[in-house]
Amino acid sequence: MSHVFGIPVAVILGQLTLGLVNGSFYAMLSLGLAVIFGLMGVVNFAHGAYYTLGAFAALLGLQYLGINYWAALLLAPLAVGLLGIVVERLLLRHLYGLDPLYGLLLTFGLALTVEGSLHQVFGASGQSYPVPSALAGVLNLHFMFLPLYRAWVILASLVVCFSTWFVIERTRLGATLRAATENAPLLQAFGVNVPLLVAATYGGGVALAALAGVLASPVVLVNSHMGTELVIVVFAVVVIGGMGSIVGAIVSGLVLGVIEGFTKVIYPEASNIVVFVIMALVLIVRPAGLFGRE
Amino acid sequence: MKEQRLAMALAAVWAVSPYAARAANDQVVIGDIDDMSGVYADVLGAAGVEAINMAIADFGGSVLGKKITTLSADHQNKPDIGASKFRQWADEDGLTLLLGGSNTGVNIAMAKVAAAKKVPLFVIGAGGASLTNEDCTAYTVHYVYDTTSLANGTATAIVNAGGKSWFYLTADYAFGTQLQNAASRVVETHGGKNVGAVRVPLGAADFSSFLLQAQASGAQVLGLANAGTDFSNSLKAANEFGITRTMKPAALLAFLTDIHSLGLQTAQGLYLTTAWYWDLNPDTRAFAKRFFAKVNREPTMDQAGIYSATLTYLKAVKAVGSTDSDKVMAELKRTRINDMFAKDGYIRADGVMVHEMYVMQVKSPQESKYPWDYYKIVRKMNGEEAFGPITGLCPLTHK
Repeated sequence: MSHVFGIPVAVILGQLTLGLVNGSFYAMLSLGLAVIFGLMGVVNFAHGAYYTLGAFAALLGLQYLGINYWAALLLAPLAVGLLGIVVERLLLRHLYGLDPLYGLLLTFGLALTVEGSLHQVFGASGQSYPVPSALAGVLNLHFMFLPLYRAWVILASLVVCFSTWFVIERTRLGATLRAATENAPLLQAFGVNVPLLVAATYGGGVALAALAGVLASPVVLVNSHMGTELVIVVFAVVVIGGMGSIVGAIVSGLVLGVIEGFTKVIYPEASNIVVFVIMALVLIVRPAGLFGRE
Repeated sequence: MKEQRLAMALAAVWAVSPYAARAANDQVVIGDIDDMSGVYADVLGAAGVEAINMAIADFGGSVLGKKITTLSADHQNKPDIGASKFRQWADEDGLTLLLGGSNTGVNIAMAKVAAAKKVPLFVIGAGGASLTNEDCTAYTVHYVYDTTSLANGTATAIVNAGGKSWFYLTADYAFGTQLQNAASRVVETHGGKNVGAVRVPLGAADFSSFLLQAQASGAQVLGLANAGTDFSNSLKAANEFGITRTMKPAALLAFLTDIHSLGLQTAQGLYLTTAWYWDLNPDTRAFAKRFFAKVNREPTMDQAGIYSATLTYLKAVKAVGSTDSDKVMAELKRTRINDMFAKDGYIRADGVMVHEMYVMQVKSPQESKYPWDYYKIVRKMNGEEAFGPITGLCPLTHK
């Protein structure tokens, strides 16, 4: 029983665990995208850039202001989220009511500008962010050694995803947000400040991306390209889960992370396309996505 | 009014485009096509252009009474962009020399243009040894390093130190596979064993899955047949997952900038092969000091190499009194290269610039005494040992 389909069980368990780590990042990023699309109808192509900015905010905060990891976990998303609100107020709001393509183009342009500027200032090769000392150890799971930090990423992501789902689906604030998407003028007539609500939603989605960036910074080298490739996978995750579906984003993020992990054992060369193959299949069978409403 | 503004805008675009500054025949035009914005941009990139300009200034700014001008472009790691830019410069701007930046795939495409347009191509940043074998041309010079010399350096050193069984983490494109093949041959020749390999897509976000497979193979050595950010990220993850406790990592290609990014804590003890290091001798330190003053980083072997290549070309032009490509190439293959980059280097029939290479080991944080003090020399290889004999795969060598 030490092999399944000719693959050692230890390897399978190891890949399952690593898939969950990657899936945690997918889930957190696609969650932010789903919130922004679901509540605002904006296809936020700048999501990867906000993720990169979150990582850079943590790195620069540590280098220049001595802000440690735990404070950065709070401050970096806050700072980047505020930037998101400024972007929404100054730029995005002019595009509401137009074809979603305009929002996509604007945010895509923003992403290129941010990444290009970071590249200009910091170069391409990236910088190391130290793993916080409290999480520096290794867990012996018997089938593999899991760095404590990666276990923390899974835990943190699950907490964040569940809280976001809870706020939107189960609280009064969430109900108001959802009402704003259904019928904004009516909600406004009830005295709710809808533009503020929308700006806060965008800021919140952006902050989620920045938080994922801070969580990722000790795992990968912080560099200007870190969000570019990731954002495309994350878009595929959102499409598979169902555009705008919060549960769909979380579940498909985690599941696709695991599937990708298995692909890396069975046929590594395909590991960067497997998500897109699944996306194509899902679009053929269920165009609204696995959790989307027709 | 609208049309007027459009016309103005078009005029402005035209004014800054290369068409406006079209070179007449009274200029020597040196082009540089490199990855200026992607994963390899720090290895050579914009600082490489700075090094070219330093070389031109050191040469006096003109040759044969003609002004020396430069062109540079970003190939974005796309072979078609590199090749079409090269063709355009050759047709419209009177290009006399092209310096090829990083990426083997792009350089293979550009070599075809070099042969068609009869413009010398000095490959600086790319490693694939096929450039002087299957893909060789009469106008290609492979100047800094190739996959053969990297494998001869690092793989030999590690096998001789007892690392007999190898598993490779390979970048899934021309460069990675050529590097893996070169290392595999060296390992076998020295009595080692190749256990397996996993081909990783270029620019993968996560290497941990691949690393676990490497660990499961039970091999003693983890051969990293990748470069740039891929190399740094895979080594970083190997440390984090404790792979480096059971396997010895081998950097088949690592640049000074990679070690700088990783930090000595992570990179210490690593073996690597380099054509040049800034802290070798007074000449290299003098160049590094001037370079540092301009870009605030110590030069990589590629940046030193592109400086040397520019000077080597200009000296040949001066010697033959012409920019005629065939005359210049004949002169280049006749003379020895002696400067801060190479001692008694020479360009062989297949286009390889044969020169000394160094096997280095990365210092520990305690051993490093000053900023950028990263390497200690393990072994110096002479040119013949590093680049090996002519294989015969390049038709130019059949005479």
